[in-house]
Parts: sequence; structure tokens; C-alpha cells
Amino acid sequence: MEIKEGLLYSTDHEWIQVEGNIAAVGITAFAQEQLGEIVFVELPTIDEEVKQEDTFGTVESVKAASDIIAPVSGKIIEVNETLEDSPEIMNDNPYGAWIAKIELSDAGQLDGLMDAAAYAEFIK
Amino acid sequence: MANEMIKTTLFEKHVGLNAKMVDFGGFNLPIQYAGITEEHHQVRTNAGIFDVSHMGEVIIEGERAIDYIQHIFTNDISAMKEFQVMYGLMCYKNGTVVDDLLVYKYNDNKFLLVVNASNKEKDFEWLKQNNKFNVAIKDISKISEIAIQGPNAENILQQMTDYDLTKIEFFNFQEIKVLGEDCIVSRTGYTGEDGFEVYSQNVLNIWDKFIELGASPIGLGARDTLRFEAALPLYGNEISDQINPIEANLGIFVKLDKDFIGRDSLVKIKENRKLKSVGIELIDKGIPRHGYKVLNENDQVIGEITTGYKLKEAAIALALIPVKYKIGDTLYVQIRNKKIKASVVSRKFMNKNYKK
Repeated sequence: MEIKEGLLYSTDHEWIQVEGNIAAVGITAFAQEQLGEIVFVELPTIDEEVKQEDTFGTVESVKAASDIIAPVSGKIIEVNETLEDSPEIMNDNPYGAWIAKIELSDAGQLDGLMDAAAYAEFIK
Repeated sequence: MANEMIKTTLFEKHVGLNAKMVDFGGFNLPIQYAGITEEHHQVRTNAGIFDVSHMGEVIIEGERAIDYIQHIFTNDISAMKEFQVMYGLMCYKNGTVVDDLLVYKYNDNKFLLVVNASNKEKDFEWLKQNNKFNVAIKDISKISEIAIQGPNAENILQQMTDYDLTKIEFFNFQEIKVLGEDCIVSRTGYTGEDGFEVYSQNVLNIWDKFIELGASPIGLGARDTLRFEAALPLYGNEISDQINPIEANLGIFVKLDKDFIGRDSLVKIKENRKLKSVGIELIDKGIPRHGYKVLNENDQVIGEITTGYKLKEAAIALALIPVKYKIGDTLYVQIRNKKIKASVVSRKFMNKNYKK
């Protein structure tokens, strides 16, 4: 199972890539495999303020719908609209398919996330 | 409690095929192998095999076996010939459903009932409770069962038996040898495709040979998308102890001109029918799922999704809603905090490919 170095990870099986004050969020390969084939993604709304642990979107496999949980608080500044029409790219390359970009309101929350090694241990 | 789940005789085969295993009604069964969409496609275009050993099988024997089954079964078996199979339901007195089942007729004194795994114990109790006819009721659920379904099902199974399968017509069965094993083979299934259900004490070699001859193993995930696309009901979704067969559009399997448990209630329900099962297709984006509420334009809840999926890019569902709605009408599905626009469509999501 691929775990990409250089990213942060949440206990809800999301990856977070931080650039400056912006966090791009997607789901991990582990999450994708657990869910099965993803056929639909409900994206958050741009300009929406989200709090850490809020549900801010949904990923759906053939079988079930699964919440996407905000790993950090902040404002949604961009969503990956490609996923609306081509959710299957999350199956092929979950680390290439970011769902939303959040402008951090509390950068300190990043300290609570895991690095690749800690996440690898977490899913063991 | 993974260690308490029941394993079918094919358990090691599933593990060897890298299936994702789940707890299904206390049984440890594969939910998928290659992936639900791919497996669904294999059954529609080639052939798929399903481990359905979890199903419940009950033998009914006695001089009044016919009277007994007529009493508990909504369909009419009086004209059934030997080696025919019939679909129908068992209902409570109020007309809601105990279970749906297949009845196999050996002769006037002997029948086989095949019931849902999740209802097996409840059914067995119900069967015993309503035995006013002194029949012997024998649980033979230890028998294994493999379904082979799809346009190549007959071709594959034919290579494993000397019996000419064209002699087994739709909803008929025979006791024949498959790879030398004694089997009950019926031309039945739960996919909308031609195919067979094979019951035997020893199915390991049969499973392997099916795969060698080109059939794909299919998990519970695709079993559900396939039966849904064919608009076949699932207990717990389209029918339940809250939903009666008339309103679930199963009236053709309910013969009100004979007596059976629940008949009087169902006569009244039919006269004053409130609900029906319809197809629904979303116009806006989303996936309608079991239990989601169906709303009218005034935000009033008018019904519920019984099963829904996104299949081949269409988000479609079966829903139980008031009888006044007709094909083309607009309604809405509550999906989380959004009201998603939808249209009433035909339940015929596909053309069935039975060999009749």
C-alpha cells in the first residue's frame, strides 16, 4: 500500500500537502482500498469555512457513502472539479487527486497530524 | 467477532482469490474479488459464479405437503408439475413479509424451500409454528450452493455434465451429476441473466472447474447491483416485515383467489393500495441510497429509496412512493443536507436475458 513521503496524514485516512498557508487534502490509498471503487465525489463549496473534524464532502464507492472529514480548520479556497466528472482518478492515483484546498486558520493544527512513518504504523 | 463467523466450504477458495471478506448475516463471505463494476460486467457479458452456500434449504415432506405450502405461500402451487420451481413469499397475518423464497417440487409429497440466509432461523420457526398439516420439516442448509449466471453459463456448465441442460427449462430443476457429484441443478438465479443454481454436498471441484472454463468469481457487492438492475427484490430493502408484496409490485406472485396466511389483509391492501415501487433516476448529481427520503416539491416526505446505485453513469434507484406518481413526474431525494432533483422512470433498468 502506497504511503507517500513528504505528506501529512490524518486518523481519518486523508493526506494533506502543505504549501505556505494552504493545505491540499485528498484520501489515502488505504482509504481508497477500504472503500472500493470510487464512483462519486461530493465536493465542498468554495469560500465555505470548515472546522477541523467537520464533514466537508463525501466520497462514494459503488457500495457506500463515506464522509470526508476536514483535517484542519480554515476556508475552502479551491475544489478539484475534475473529480465531479472523473471520480475514477481517485482509484488510479489517490495521491494525485486532491479534493479541496484549505487556507489554514490555525497552522498549529498541523502538529497534530502524522507523517508518513507514523501513518504507516497507524494502519498496521 | 470474526472468529465466530460461519465459513462456507468455499472459504479457502475466496481467500486464495484475494477476495475482500465481510460478515454477511453471520457468514464470512466475499464482497468483491476484482471489483464490483468489473464483476457486474462479467456476469452481463460472459459468466460469473457466486458462493451462495449461506442460503437456507428446507425439505418439506408429508401427505399434506401441498396443503401446507398453499397455507404459508402467497403463490399458487396447485398446478405445479414435478421438477418445477416457483417464486413467492411467506407473509404475516397483516400482509407484510416473513421472507421471499423458491419452492422446488419433487412430487406431491416432497418439496424443497430455499430461503434467505439472514431470515433462516426466523423462517424455520415460522414454518414449524404454522405446521397444521403434520408435515416433516427438515433443515438441510449445510448443503453448499453455487450460482452460475450469464450468457455463457449454460455453455460452461454443459462441459461438466452428461445431462442435456437444454432439457431444464426456466424455473425447472433436475437431480443430475456434475463432475461426478450428485447435484440439484435449477435454471434460476438472481441477476436477470440466464443461468443455474447448483446445490451439492461437494462443490470444491465444481468451483475450480467453473473458473478454469472461464467464469469469474462474483462477490456480494455485484450480486446486489445485478439483482437491483434486474429490479429483483431484496428482503430488508424492497420487502420486509414493514412492506407488503402488493405495494412492492410483487402482486403477480400473490394469488388472492386461494387461501394463505396474510391473504385477507392483502385483499384489503389491494383494494386501498397506497404505495408502489417505482424506478427513480437523479437529474442532479448524487447517489440515491437505501433509506434516503423521497420528497415532493413542498419538501414533504412521500417515500423512501429501497435500493440505489450509480450504474453506468446513471444514478438510479427503486423507491416506495404513493401510487399517484407516474413515469416522468419530478420528485426529490434528500441526500445529506441537499434536495436532489429526480424523475420517476420505469423499473425496467435492463432487458432480462432469460432463456424461456
